[in-house]
Amino acid sequence: MTDNLYMPYLMKIEKVTYEAPGVKTFMLKFVNEEDQHNFTFKAGQFGEYSVYGVGESTFCIASSPTREGYIECTFRQTGKVTNALSGCEEGSIIGFRGPYGNTFPIDEWKGKNLLFIAGGIALPPMRCVIWNALDLRDNFKDVTIIYGARSVKDLVYKHELQDWQGRKDVKLITTVDPGGESPDWKGEIGFVPTIVEKIAPSSVNTIAIVCGPPVMIKYTFPVLAKLGFTDENIFTTLENRMKCGFGKCGRCNIGKYYVCKDGPVFTAAQLNELPDEY
Amino acid sequence: MSIDKHLIRKDSLEKLFDILKQNSKKIYAPVPKNGKLSFKEAESYSEIPTGYIQTTQSSKEVAFPRTEKLLDYSKSNEGITVKGIKIDDFPEIILWGVRPCDAMGIDQISAIFNWDYKDEIYNSRLSRVTILGFSCSKADEYCFCTSVGGNPGNTEGSDILFTRLGDDGDYLAEVLTGKGSAITSMLPGLFEKAGEIKKEKFLADIPIKFKNEEIRKKLENFFESDQWIEHSLKCLGCGACAYVCPTCACFDIQDESHGKSGSRVRCWDSCGFSLFTLHTSGHNPREVQSQRWRQRIMHKFSYMPDRLSVYGCTGCGRCSRACPADMNILEQLISIQEAAV
Repeated sequence: MTDNLYMPYLMKIEKVTYEAPGVKTFMLKFVNEEDQHNFTFKAGQFGEYSVYGVGESTFCIASSPTREGYIECTFRQTGKVTNALSGCEEGSIIGFRGPYGNTFPIDEWKGKNLLFIAGGIALPPMRCVIWNALDLRDNFKDVTIIYGARSVKDLVYKHELQDWQGRKDVKLITTVDPGGESPDWKGEIGFVPTIVEKIAPSSVNTIAIVCGPPVMIKYTFPVLAKLGFTDENIFTTLENRMKCGFGKCGRCNIGKYYVCKDGPVFTAAQLNELPDEY
Repeated sequence: MSIDKHLIRKDSLEKLFDILKQNSKKIYAPVPKNGKLSFKEAESYSEIPTGYIQTTQSSKEVAFPRTEKLLDYSKSNEGITVKGIKIDDFPEIILWGVRPCDAMGIDQISAIFNWDYKDEIYNSRLSRVTILGFSCSKADEYCFCTSVGGNPGNTEGSDILFTRLGDDGDYLAEVLTGKGSAITSMLPGLFEKAGEIKKEKFLADIPIKFKNEEIRKKLENFFESDQWIEHSLKCLGCGACAYVCPTCACFDIQDESHGKSGSRVRCWDSCGFSLFTLHTSGHNPREVQSQRWRQRIMHKFSYMPDRLSVYGCTGCGRCSRACPADMNILEQLISIQEAAV
């Protein structure tokens, strides 16, 4: 790489997967083999993905660092850049800068139960940690995943949900918002915080990883507190608007903390110390 | 290095300008245009006015241009070629006539571009700039450098600081850095060794109105104060304050395309704009102007000192001069200092 922090790696879109209406996953490979060789990242980090001529957009790396040779990102088509990305086909070249930000301290979670709680398009940042943990399955005790979306069709990673559903070493609970169920829906119906309360997972020796829209996070934390989770054992990842990704452009801060540098991973204990600006 | 004091005759400044110019240096100096005074490339010494209090824009643009290329790309049937800008190609620039508050501001912006990741584009531009500061013999009611750790004869940030010794006097030249002594040693005929000269009596009188440290301390428990609403009621969210500020460094990154080729550029941005923090989902962590105004003040007087050990304000007063709604940062800071928490 050069001294120019803003120079992206060139990435080839190897595979495009349709996940849900407006949601796609790209499998990306480095065009330059040396870049591939030198690239490392950890669960929880993010990057800037770009379509040349349109601009950059920020998302997490959705694949696990245990799966080498490629990275994946999952995005919803909403703005200028994500619309342009969505128009890219397999074989197209896009830009990627990263990895940026801190990581989930997964090495410190050995011997613990893991409880993943995700809502909507927030499963991608968590998928990275889920696969990271499942690829090192022996390091952890029970793995529980509670995942909710607005409707059945909005659930992402449908094949992987089936995979997790079929595994004996994973407990998966899926839910959709009331009214979002299909006639053959066999999962739960209800908002994520309600379902967490109903399932009432044990907080003993358990780390909770929560990711979702701000409103979901705000209603899920009190439920976890009621279940006996301490704020130090609740992790989340935040997504404020960013441009640079490394603490210069000045917009992702919450109080004096930069989501891009001090986050995106925070514990509930850390969030309690921050102003409500996310 | 210790301060090396010289005298330069008032008539010799023009010679200094001409010789530097002949040495094919680009000289950026305050040049009047359309009623504004801005740092532009000056062709002759006569273009530069004397007696100005402050330029309309700060001098930060020489190291942090309002729009600058980060990379060029071009697409063809064979694929895409991307080239980062060459960071060694920036011009050597003499920045002439910088007020001490702007020179101090350059250090503050440098702190932003160099904590953690080092922004070598910025650093490379700045490394090619020689800053010739000029002390202030006059100030106006908007100036408050003395309240934020500066003063009208502050040497911080300048390579040479010139102080006029009286209305029609010669200039004291304080040579502060290697870049500064490169100029004086190149032109020994223009600079005489100066004896003990007290420059203070020739400087503008700018009374201290508040203390940085007290504002910072007050802000620790001020996030929820109603004053933010009161102070920002007039704010139009136009961002003029950020554009004229010598320390505001927030930027946007955008692509500019022309057919199959184009550039990625970064351009000045402002925390006063509602779009600044708007998520694609429509959620905005700072949805009203009072939250955005709070961010501006907190960033400069609380977050920057906490994280970077520098304040983000030099007391130049430009934001108050530029504000179309007559918001006055000095009055607001005094009111924060005096507020009962």
